[in-house]
Amino acid sequence: MAEPALSIRGLTKVYGNGFEALKGIDLDVADGDFYALLGPNGAGKSTTLGVVCSLVQKTAGQVKIFGIDIDRDFAKAKYHLGVVPQEFNFNQFEKVLDIVLAQAGYYGMSRRQALPRAKELLTDLSLWDKRNGSARMLSGGMKRRLMIARALMHRPRMLILDEPTAGVDIELRRSMWEYMRRINREEGTTIILTTHYLEEAESLCRNVGIINNGEIVRDTSVRDLLAELNTETFLLDLAHGLDQVPVIDGFEVRLVDTAQLAVVVHRGQRLNDVFASLGEQGIQVVSMRNRANRLEEMFVSMVEQGNARQAAGRATEASA
Amino acid sequence: MNPMQTAIALWTLVYKEIKRFTRIWPQTLLPPSITMTMYFIIFGNLIGSRIGEMDGYSYMDFIVPGLIMMAVITNSYSNVASSFFSNKFQRSIEEMMVSPMPNWVILAGFVLGGMARGLGVGIIVTVVSLFFTRIEVAHPLLTVFVVVLTAALFAIGGFINALLGKKFDDISIVPTFILTPLTYLGGVFYSISLLPSFWQGVSMLNPILYMVNVFRYGFLGVSDIPVGWALTAVLAFIVVLFGLALWMLERGKGIRS
Repeated sequence: MAEPALSIRGLTKVYGNGFEALKGIDLDVADGDFYALLGPNGAGKSTTLGVVCSLVQKTAGQVKIFGIDIDRDFAKAKYHLGVVPQEFNFNQFEKVLDIVLAQAGYYGMSRRQALPRAKELLTDLSLWDKRNGSARMLSGGMKRRLMIARALMHRPRMLILDEPTAGVDIELRRSMWEYMRRINREEGTTIILTTHYLEEAESLCRNVGIINNGEIVRDTSVRDLLAELNTETFLLDLAHGLDQVPVIDGFEVRLVDTAQLAVVVHRGQRLNDVFASLGEQGIQVVSMRNRANRLEEMFVSMVEQGNARQAAGRATEASA
Repeated sequence: MNPMQTAIALWTLVYKEIKRFTRIWPQTLLPPSITMTMYFIIFGNLIGSRIGEMDGYSYMDFIVPGLIMMAVITNSYSNVASSFFSNKFQRSIEEMMVSPMPNWVILAGFVLGGMARGLGVGIIVTVVSLFFTRIEVAHPLLTVFVVVLTAALFAIGGFINALLGKKFDDISIVPTFILTPLTYLGGVFYSISLLPSFWQGVSMLNPILYMVNVFRYGFLGVSDIPVGWALTAVLAFIVVLFGLALWMLERGKGIRS
């Protein structure tokens, strides 16, 4: 069996102030996978990736990158790794071309080898025209693309992206998605990303890990996760405003505002019954749409359940 | 990394550092040149002509080696302190940390960059001094050797300062309150033989005194202290501080959480 691109066992991180950011997590990401690591703020996503790329020192546990234990030969493991961090971390006063060439140099690539690669990447990411300009003159989206180009200079087998499209407009986000899909599909680059946009994970990734309070609460495929979803919420726009919530037998209904209803439909229930009941009550529906986003609903419910379990555990401990 | 890749990585970092300080030359190369020119005019020419001889040399000839050394020390130190701290502040240090570049290459790259600026400014100051006096170098090899060692030592010092610094103030405290007083009291402007014996003893605790004296010995052939002893002390300091800086880097002190 092929070595996983990333294998994590019992990874623990306790910060100097005693905060336990990671509580012995296990995680495998297959070679060639497109994997999303999801979780609320402070869940441990960035800490996990920080350990993998040597920006955070682990307290305990084992991390292997393509079978190479980072405790034994981190330098060798780093050759397989490209990193796009959450925040801009290049010298804003340097030229775009100098930034990517310097990164190649840190990996031991000569300027002769690095120049064609830089041209290829900067062209693909629509930055070649900006190569001689200072990085601080780039727009936010261009700076993100610059970090992607920089991370790919040494042709890594695995690309880690920490919130790659945060603050990027929709059009640019779509073009970045397309680029990531392309390098995953055509070059076989394993991609691991953290994101707050669950639509991004649903659209791009094959597998997903959900992390909350330093623990992996789910590690599965996006398809299986969505198959588990047994409720869907529909938003109905009404012809006339309502003063109170109409009662529809067997359905959970609430008013979003006076002229919009949210109806939760469980698997096996029929939408026809909703319309029939509303018709009997003289309520006219003008339009209807599915509430985005399905994965988000599941994610929120998982995180809430996890937090509730943890709160219950603390309460039991306190009363003992 | 194989030796060729390591050499490329080291050169990349040194080249980047040299490019940085030459790009901002009005901040890095011009001010020390102007300051030292003022020293030559005021202390060397105007006041120096009334002071007379120092250790058998005109006052101008006496202070030239000290002023060159002062420029090398402050510029080697401040280049690495400000450059490495800026890298930390802008988080561009992460570019290096995620790469397979060994820590000793990161340290050596910044130190060599700092030395390049220190020695570059030293050359500029030497050229400026030629407008005021004729320089004769008694021991050229020793002169070059000691100025290179001094630049290395203070570049390493600047690196440690930047590694430990948490805010920009932290990288100006050491140069302002430690480095400048030690340099001024390190025999740049006077021979310690002028001091009462108690203050001569106190001066012997100042490491910069040794470097200035050995450098002056290289130029003029006179020194207040034994040259061999001073060179040994400088080399020992370099080895200890380089080891300390590398150890701190390996531990991720100030750069890894």
